[in-house]
Amino acid sequence: MLQEHAKIVQFISMANEVNGRKKLQKMIYIAKKMNFPFAEKYELHMYGPYSEELTLRVEELCEMGFLAEQCVDKGSYVQYSYHVTEEGTSFLETTNTPHDLLTTCIDLLNVKSSRFLELVSTLLYFDHLETDEQIAKVHIVKNKLNFTEDEMTAAFGFIDELPKCSVQ
Amino acid sequence: MAYKDEKLVEEKVFKDPVHRYIHVHDKVIWDVIGTREFQRLRRIKQLGTTYLVFHGAEHSRFQHSLGVYEIVRRIIDDGFSGRPEWNDDERLVTLCAALLHDLGHGPFSHAFEKVFNLDHEHFTQRILLGDTEVNAVLRRVGSDFPQKVADVIGKTYPDKLVVSLISSQIDADRMDYLQRDAYYTGVSYGHFDMERILRVMRPTEEQAVIKYSGMHAVEDYIMSRYQMYWQVYFHPVSRSAEVILIKILHRAKYLHENGYVFSHEPVHFRSFFDRTFELEDYIALDESILLTYFQVWMKEEDTIVADLCYRFINRKLFQCAEFDPATEYRKIGELEQLFREAGLDPEYYLLADSSSDLPYDFYRPGEENERIPIYLQMPTGELSELSRSSDIVDAISGKRRTDHKIYFPEDVLLEGKEQNPLYERILHMLKN
Repeated sequence: MLQEHAKIVQFISMANEVNGRKKLQKMIYIAKKMNFPFAEKYELHMYGPYSEELTLRVEELCEMGFLAEQCVDKGSYVQYSYHVTEEGTSFLETTNTPHDLLTTCIDLLNVKSSRFLELVSTLLYFDHLETDEQIAKVHIVKNKLNFTEDEMTAAFGFIDELPKCSVQ
Repeated sequence: MAYKDEKLVEEKVFKDPVHRYIHVHDKVIWDVIGTREFQRLRRIKQLGTTYLVFHGAEHSRFQHSLGVYEIVRRIIDDGFSGRPEWNDDERLVTLCAALLHDLGHGPFSHAFEKVFNLDHEHFTQRILLGDTEVNAVLRRVGSDFPQKVADVIGKTYPDKLVVSLISSQIDADRMDYLQRDAYYTGVSYGHFDMERILRVMRPTEEQAVIKYSGMHAVEDYIMSRYQMYWQVYFHPVSRSAEVILIKILHRAKYLHENGYVFSHEPVHFRSFFDRTFELEDYIALDESILLTYFQVWMKEEDTIVADLCYRFINRKLFQCAEFDPATEYRKIGELEQLFREAGLDPEYYLLADSSSDLPYDFYRPGEENERIPIYLQMPTGELSELSRSSDIVDAISGKRRTDHKIYFPEDVLLEGKEQNPLYERILHMLKN
């Protein structure tokens, strides 16, 4: 019970801290694509894969006191960062341990920028398509973000690396 | 005349309790409605298990789909047509997408998708693009037309305004389901002045926006969403039915995977248990089929599946208790242990349910650009995010409210507590 909540707390605990709601959304999405068993359902929103369930789950975890949310004013925008509280750490003691590879996956993702993960997750959302179709879709969905060719190349390179932290 | 421009000799109308009449003049729309995949939506209830609480809530996704189509038709024909920001070449694709946006929903789709890890949006795409009657009709418009409709529904269509009519924070989908669900459940929340919203809706390059003078109508709409969520969609009894439904499907899957021989072979489920299903297997399912299996499984030798099915069919639902995970998460482990000792499998008889298990998109004013907010068009022509102008929306969009419950078979515990002292202890723990 509360296993799905525990997985999110575990994830943030292993990341130590996640800066940005968008970043958290994309990190969980990519981890899910790597077959880690997150139950949150994602849909494509105007700016890429997004899970309302995850947003609500994180809100619940903050309200329970297992996660702390910090609001940082970045000038032109506000960023929320998340870390696990003491109570959250005690809660984790009552839950199952995660898959070994999850640490590798989180380490790989957490050092990347939110913008980069947004691109990677959107490309992964269209991974059933041919490469040129994937790129075309990204340009349609994210026409305002103007991703460069270099960013696309880096994103595909990163996607090629992901299998090393994928659960078979 | 090209098929896409063909009109019916006489306009067809569907009587509708929410919009009074649904008008169909386009031959394509009429033909789509007649396809087997669209007719299947008559056999999928819009609100799943809610009819077990609000007995009127037996309305189908067929009705809702027609309603969404009608709202979009009114927006285009009565509001947008002739305005420079609107391209009338997009009319047919927008109407088709409105009509077909829920095509991939399965029986009791929320529960079914959860257990079998499916996604109705994926099936909508597959039905639109596969070897289906709907695809055949759409292809008569143009070989790329099914893909265009799929792109609008999948939110990857280049014209963002078109997408926003079907899926945004103030779209035809929500405007129909709020009113329709309110009508059929009989509740007094959920009503708002849609006519007013449609009158003040304006097309822009990126999305439909609302004239500032219509702000109060939009406030009402946002309040309706908020009320309907807590009063109808997250009603604890309806949630009880849903958790039982999920557990029936889990149990049946578990039994199949462990070689159990059903007295009535679950032919329709086998490919889902094994994840070998084809599109046709999915289209063949509807709620009557599931309910038939539940009736039959009431007589299964496996007492858990039989009991859960009996409960669902005869509305002998689980009782719920408030639960505060922040302070009581350790209690759950103790309860699970007690259930085991008392001979009740906690996997099926002690179930937690949180508000995040039924995602509902509370209005959120565009946090970190994740979602496009509702914009008001100010008298100066500038756009302003709704909660900046509306104190009411600002108040409810910033507030968090969550809810957690534990579901359990109180009837069993009450009946057996004289014979089994553990039952009494469990009841005491659950109620305190």
